[in-house]
This record gives sequence, structure tokens and C-alpha cells, in this order.
Amino acid sequence: MEELIQKLKEEIIEVLNLEEMEPEDIETDAPLFGEGLGLDSIDALELIVLLEKNYGIKIEDPKDGRKIFFSVRTMAEYITENQK
Amino acid sequence: MSLQVKKHISIIRNHARVNGKKAFSHESDDGYKKFIRAAYRHFETDYPKFFKMDSLSKLGFLSVEILLKDIDLSRFYSPDRIGLLLTNGSSSLEVDEKHMDSIRDRKNYFPSPSNFVYTLPNIMAGEAAIRHVFRGENTVLISDGFDADLIYDITRLAFETASVDCCICGWTEQYGNNYESLLFLIERGEGHLAALSSEDVIFEPSKLQEIYKQETEWKN
Repeated sequence: MEELIQKLKEEIIEVLNLEEMEPEDIETDAPLFGEGLGLDSIDALELIVLLEKNYGIKIEDPKDGRKIFFSVRTMAEYITENQK
Repeated sequence: MSLQVKKHISIIRNHARVNGKKAFSHESDDGYKKFIRAAYRHFETDYPKFFKMDSLSKLGFLSVEILLKDIDLSRFYSPDRIGLLLTNGSSSLEVDEKHMDSIRDRKNYFPSPSNFVYTLPNIMAGEAAIRHVFRGENTVLISDGFDADLIYDITRLAFETASVDCCICGWTEQYGNNYESLLFLIERGEGHLAALSSEDVIFEPSKLQEIYKQETEWKN
């Protein structure tokens, strides 16, 4: 799980162009949206693409996004549970 | 109606210049992307969203930042009376191509939402308008190259139709490592920004062309 969390942080920095950040700047349990990294709705779409492209996981119900993308840890847990 | 250029800035060939004087240079020749990041840091612009913008928007955004450094237009003008009228040659071609590459292969079809939102050149003007809360006339027109007559005509029209009291206009072009930005801050002759200009620069096509020539042909 820790390895996946680290990889996810690196991927998030890359796909969201967070050029000023290092993986250790992203807190594993901090909210990604709102007061956390301050991501916006386009970033949310980019994270959906990341899950599909890099992990083969398609989010069928957009309402699930709120839980899945709450933090890096919730993303990692979702990937672990759903990756085929 | 007498209109005046109160200030102009250029970003051309690894240099940013304000009213014809060097404000920043990045001597190493390692390409546009590194240059624009170095310029962003130099001007101490605190706007993390800058890094998410496409290359063209970064150029337009930073050009407006430099033009308005230490100027708060909202002290003098209502947001809906400030215009931003830009011209550009390559439109958003660089990011258009990136988007096309991401959808070319039907078996590996992953369009990037953050690229897609920049597949229009007027997003560049939108980014600057959001940052500075401009709600007046806002557009980007395409021309083959720097066209002083076009810039003059659209700006003058915006003033004459009474839709703006102050306007940023000019040329912001970027494709790969080729880039040029030349912006003018325009106000009526009797406006509020007199102190910005040591001399009265009349807003007319020949003067814009002369400034473009100076900014593109100056030598160290």
C-alpha cells in the first residue's frame, strides 16, 4: 500500500502539473479538494482519467468520486480493491 | 477621441522589457518552457494555477502581470469597463496538437481534460481576466502576424462604442520555442495613469508598429 501511495503522489503531481510540489508535500490523508491541494473540477476529471489509464479502473457512478478522491489513501484503497 | 499608450511591455527572445527597458532576462538558451517559469519566479507572481496553464496562456497571463505590476486598475475603473483585446497568430495550435495526439489511437483513447480546456486561444485572455477581475470586452483575434491596424481598430472601436474606459491590447503569439508578446495599456488622454508614462505616446497604428519594431529588433 505504501508503495502505491508514493506512486500515486508522483502521478498526481505529473498529471495535475503541480510543478512546485514534491510527493512528500502531499499528505496521504489530507483532503485533495477544498482546503487540501485546492484542486478544481478539471483536476477531478483528470484523476478519473488517471485511474482508467494507469490502473484500468473505470468509475461508473460519478457520485462515487467524492469518496474515492477524498485523499491519496482513499484512492489507493479503491485501486487495491478494484484493480483486476 | 484621444487615446494614449500609458505603458507597454514585451516578452521576446528571453527578455521581458517594460517601456523599452530591460526588466528581466534569462540568458541560457534552454527553451520557452524554462524561460517562462524563470520569468514567473522573477516577477514574484503568486498564482499556483499558472503552472497548470498551457504555454500560450502562461505567456498571455504573465504579460498582463508584468504590465499591471504595481498598478491597481480597480482604483480607477469599474471591472466591467476594463477591456482585454488580444491578437495572436498560431491560436492554441500547440495544445490542439497535444489533444489530437491523445485521441488519435482509438485503442489508447485518453483525452486529457486539462489539455482540452485550453484548446481555444481566448482562454489566455480569460485566465488574465479572472486574475484581475476584468469583466469588460474580452477577445482574441487571429492574424498572420503583428497587425498594428487590427489592434488599433478593435481597441478604438471598444472605446468609441463606450464599452471600455481602459484597455489592454496587443499581440501574444507562441508555438513551441517561438514566442512574442507585446502588450499596451491604453487609456483616454485625460485618464488616471499619467504618471506611468514619461512622455505622451499617442495611440495610433504607426506608433504601435514603431514600438513593435523596437522591441523585436533591439540589440544588446
